[in-house]
Amino acid sequence: MARRRKPKLAVWKFASCDGCQLTLLDCEEELLTLAGEVEIAYFLEASRAVVRGPYDLSLVEGSISTPEQVDQIREIRRQSRFLVAIGACATAGGIQALRNFADVRGFLELVYARPEYIKTLEKSLPASAYVPVDFELRGCPIGKGPLLELISAFLNGRRPNIPNHSVCIECKRRGTVCVMVAQGIPCLGPVTQAGCGALCPAYRRGCYGCFGPMETPNPASLGDWLLARGMSSPDLVRLFRTFNAYAPAFREAGERYAEAANPDRSS
Amino acid sequence: MADPEVRTPTGSLWRMEKAQLQTLMEKLTQQGYTIIGPRIQEGAIVYDEVHRISDLPIGWTDEQDGGSYRLKRRGDEAFFGYAVGPHSWKRFLHPPVFSLGRTRRNGQGFEWTPPADPPPRYAFLGVRACELHAIAILDRVFMGGPYVDPVYRARREALFLIAVQCTTAGGTCFCASMGTGPKAPPGADLILTELPDAFVVEIGTERGAALMAEIPCTPATEADRAAVEAHLEETARSMGRQLDTADLPALLYRNLEHPRWEEVAQRCLTCGNCTMVCPTCFCFTVEDLSDLAGTQAERVRRWDSCFTTAFTYTAGRPIRQSAKARYRQWLTHKLASWWDQFGTSGCVGCGRCITWCPVGIDLTEEVRAIRETDGALAGERR
Repeated sequence: MARRRKPKLAVWKFASCDGCQLTLLDCEEELLTLAGEVEIAYFLEASRAVVRGPYDLSLVEGSISTPEQVDQIREIRRQSRFLVAIGACATAGGIQALRNFADVRGFLELVYARPEYIKTLEKSLPASAYVPVDFELRGCPIGKGPLLELISAFLNGRRPNIPNHSVCIECKRRGTVCVMVAQGIPCLGPVTQAGCGALCPAYRRGCYGCFGPMETPNPASLGDWLLARGMSSPDLVRLFRTFNAYAPAFREAGERYAEAANPDRSS
Repeated sequence: MADPEVRTPTGSLWRMEKAQLQTLMEKLTQQGYTIIGPRIQEGAIVYDEVHRISDLPIGWTDEQDGGSYRLKRRGDEAFFGYAVGPHSWKRFLHPPVFSLGRTRRNGQGFEWTPPADPPPRYAFLGVRACELHAIAILDRVFMGGPYVDPVYRARREALFLIAVQCTTAGGTCFCASMGTGPKAPPGADLILTELPDAFVVEIGTERGAALMAEIPCTPATEADRAAVEAHLEETARSMGRQLDTADLPALLYRNLEHPRWEEVAQRCLTCGNCTMVCPTCFCFTVEDLSDLAGTQAERVRRWDSCFTTAFTYTAGRPIRQSAKARYRQWLTHKLASWWDQFGTSGCVGCGRCITWCPVGIDLTEEVRAIRETDGALAGERR
């Protein structure tokens, strides 16, 4: 198939650990093919050679947490035909969004000798809080398979086969026995989006929700079930507040059990 | 050895020492079957490859309730002293993920490569009465109409079926309500019933007769027959759940706006577990995957669920958006519209959807609630 010119790919980093960008470099077998299909125009983790925009596909890693980053993400949006947020930070604010539940100035004063030098935003938010995003690829980190599927779909002009349903469906397809039903291990699988291949339950651990809330999630039902079976409210808050703590469904669940844990503090 | 048809005619009952099950398994293996049977994995009794009787969960049982399953030691050495687990036989007849073929660009056209592997030749050991009914339902779905599913048929036609009639009912079992057990329906090659010291084997088919002719056994006595009947009666009496099926489709059809649907939707996680563990839920989706270079593609079929929004995605949006709409669709399909579509119930009373629902939603409880307030409408006081 003759393509007129190779699409330009850019990979951007905001507040993040680089793990999602690394997933792209981890595509060892596919990397040469990918380099043949796209022009890697901006990817500082791989090369300092930079090609100017505009870009056909921008992969955005990290949350927006400083005023400077707000300007940057807006500029990237202007330069990009497709903008895809990758990972829990770019799609939900990441683990650093835990600060959203407290006053950020308190942290600044605790961590930095001269907090007045630090310019930061009140909240760590996903890219979609500031610009329109064409697609969100979930995970902490994203998976290699879904990333390649996304890029293949983009190159072939089709919709990516990325499910929005629960992790449970992946568990059942692979024949993993439910850790919650058979062993009483708390598991976020029934409210979490698939995509990891149901990794943790296959190793007899509960899902900790790193792909964020599934479509039409019902965390209150799951949380109340665990509460009735002896899990404490503070433990439930910790269950929902990890990598996707500020994703709306998990945020609401966290607030529900935080209020249950500290009824006097609820307003 | 005597002519098998004379020695072990279809319908006859035989008494087989328990250790002879090993001989039976060896004969099946010699005949080229892969034996799938119960074994303990990840804290549950699942169905997987078994090679010898020591692979079976001898001396184990399960305690089941809504959203809960626990393995427990029995006080005896029973081979089949438990109810059904999280797996059903459908995963072997209707694989959860199956590559339908690959295609490659070939000049101006495409070259299509169908799946190359010959289909497996399975012998199922320990198929319960409800599960035989479930397989019969899948037979109608995949092979009953003008469009026969080749993936299912290849596995089904090669299948050797050894049923085991339940002598223990599970906490979420209700086959007695559904008329699907504990007595095995016709269809299995052999039907076993476990007594404390032996198996009583009923010959179901000529193929079963030929196999049993090679296994040392003696004609079952009147006492053995009586013991089998007594076990079946006791199992039927000790069902963990019950479902009143009187006029059930009509009851559900006239209660589509019952407030109970909204109440169950508050608890439903729309996670799809009930459909995945159901031995008759057959829905699948087909995905086309292309590679980066756009030169190869693969068509994959995967189990799907009516609890996902993608399931009803049509013209830009899902039709069944609410959890209420999706739960109601599933339950009314199982218990009502399945009759219209396939001429049977879609539910066989195995109880898996109750046990493996992460929040213990119980369809027998939901139907009971609707029956008790038949005719109630959403928004009305009850």
